[in-house]
Amino acid sequence: MEVVGLSEENIRKISDIKHEEQWILDYRLKSFELFNKLDMPNFGPKFDLDFDKVIYYKSSEAGLNNDWKNLDTNIQCEFRDLGVIDSEKYLGGMGVQYESEVIYHNMLEELEKKNVIFTSIEVAMKEYPDLVKKYFGKIVSNADNKLAALNGAVFSGGSFIYIPPNTTLDRPLQSYFRINSRGMGQFERTLIIVDDNSDLHYVEGCTAPTYSDSSLHAAVVEIYVGKNSKCRYSTVQNWATNVLNLVTKRALVEENGTMEWIDGNIGSKATMKYPACILKGDNSSGTCITISVATHEQQQDSGARMIHIGKNTTSTIISKSIARLGGNASYRGKVDIKESAINSKAIVKCDSLILDKDSKSDAYPTNVCRTSKSNIEHEATVSRISEDNLFYLMSRGIPEEKATELIILGFIERFREELPMEYAVELNQLLKRNL
Amino acid sequence: MLNIKGLNVVVGEKKILNDFNLDIKDGEIHAIMGPNGTGKSTLSKVILGNKNYTVKSGDIKLDGKSILGLSTDEIARRGIFVSFQNPISIEGVQNSEFIKTAINARRENAIGLFEFIKDIKAKASELDFPEEMIHRSINVGASGGERKKNEVLQLELLEPSFIILDELDSGLDIDSLRKVCDGINKYLKEHPKTSVLIITHYPRILEYIKPGFVHMMVCGKIVKTGGYDLAFDIEKRGYSDTSVIGSDSKDE
Repeated sequence: MEVVGLSEENIRKISDIKHEEQWILDYRLKSFELFNKLDMPNFGPKFDLDFDKVIYYKSSEAGLNNDWKNLDTNIQCEFRDLGVIDSEKYLGGMGVQYESEVIYHNMLEELEKKNVIFTSIEVAMKEYPDLVKKYFGKIVSNADNKLAALNGAVFSGGSFIYIPPNTTLDRPLQSYFRINSRGMGQFERTLIIVDDNSDLHYVEGCTAPTYSDSSLHAAVVEIYVGKNSKCRYSTVQNWATNVLNLVTKRALVEENGTMEWIDGNIGSKATMKYPACILKGDNSSGTCITISVATHEQQQDSGARMIHIGKNTTSTIISKSIARLGGNASYRGKVDIKESAINSKAIVKCDSLILDKDSKSDAYPTNVCRTSKSNIEHEATVSRISEDNLFYLMSRGIPEEKATELIILGFIERFREELPMEYAVELNQLLKRNL
Repeated sequence: MLNIKGLNVVVGEKKILNDFNLDIKDGEIHAIMGPNGTGKSTLSKVILGNKNYTVKSGDIKLDGKSILGLSTDEIARRGIFVSFQNPISIEGVQNSEFIKTAINARRENAIGLFEFIKDIKAKASELDFPEEMIHRSINVGASGGERKKNEVLQLELLEPSFIILDELDSGLDIDSLRKVCDGINKYLKEHPKTSVLIITHYPRILEYIKPGFVHMMVCGKIVKTGGYDLAFDIEKRGYSDTSVIGSDSKDE
């Protein structure tokens, strides 16, 4: 089953396939209306994107499974090769999306006993409609931007997580997204609710093979962090270099809550992604540690947004960009300390490493502090690889290429050390392949 | 065996080494002494093929083969190790990862992680090099003495056949200096064919690692060569007394 091109008819078709309730179809149609009204962002990378050629929905026959053996052998092999099946043993639960639909979902029994919900958004809409309705589209509105509106119209798949109050998970939950067809668009919708006094670490992985036609990934992620709760969302996107990765990620943080985005951008043709924290509750805090690596024709436009509303709120943005061989890795971020956010503090630190003269790294910071009782610190550096450092490593017999690699990995050490061990290893492999 | 013959080196317009000659056979320990800015530290960087220096004429041979024009890493892998005067720090690059990479650059098959960790911990402990610094970024937050110990730790793990110790004693207190020199002497005992070139201002270090040959270097060339005792003559009488060549060299 495949749906190509964007029209009201196609949106109704997707909704039909999913046997959705009326409120969901209404949301889709309203989003489509907004999509038609909104313009593409007037900043960031330039690329060609013909919305009529994108495949908006594609399903496999299999349906949702909790046993790898029940999946199509080819798909099974693909995920085994990617190391996804193997990584499950480190996790509390895992979801896998292939094209438009979530095909695999499994979670440890002990989490079920704790009443943790980890399933696809479609299942959640059917089984927990009240919970979904309370938060869905409230943190990222479908009027937010053209791509969020597009997601609202055609979303399919994505994870739904609910962590009940007073619950801590020992191991992360993970979702893995895979695009396999050329011209395919993936529009997953993730909704995470960490209720009061709870703790979650969520990990997201993604890949796609390379085709000559562009694929589109336009996801929306909404996260609610309750009082005294903490959520960490780690992702390393490694989309193929033909994927346009245009994603809206935002968290709403209540009193004493903490949100941490650990966000790595290595793949894709162009990425526009600025994970945001809305620090609504007093004493809440937000962190975003982001790296982007751009090579050849890649354009990484990434950063973070921190909106301070509550009193005594703190935020930290650490951004590391690496540009080489004509790549463009830029930081775009916003810190906005509202008048109400007295005694707040924000730190922004952007470092970029430009490896040759064909490459580019710009910074577009917007820092606004609307109260004299709070402050923002901003620090930025641009550097090349130091000759002294290179000479020192080489004086011990390390070839130049390898020495450069060590220095680059060192440059993003602050990011690597935040990743769980097995992802840090995977990241090293990815970077070594890309550098 | 290292042979340097008629070496002339410049930085930009400035002459740094001036018809420099030196022969060091396997297992010999030599010391070069000289005032500041006489080109002593330049010599070690030139031997390592640092691109900031231009060799105008002359040759440097290691075991009979010229190493001029080779890349720094290639020269290091042929067996030359320089313990630098002011070892730099590199944020984010873990010391153990760095040393392991350097060891593996010399091997067909990568060293086993367990073997490596066992080795590095044992050698660090002999040198009184703090164990937690093994896994920290290279020399970040390290004192001068810790940096020097780190150099010697690398030396012992990389097993060079030709060692240059550039102002080893600067930054080291007397106890640390003894520890470090004990380490080097032990290494030399276990590797008797290894040659050493000590570059120093003061003869103190020569009491711990005793050279058979002492050279006095002034204005980019060796002006006098003698035995161990020359070092103490120089200390007594100063460099200016025997300075025979007038040139306007400044600090390196």
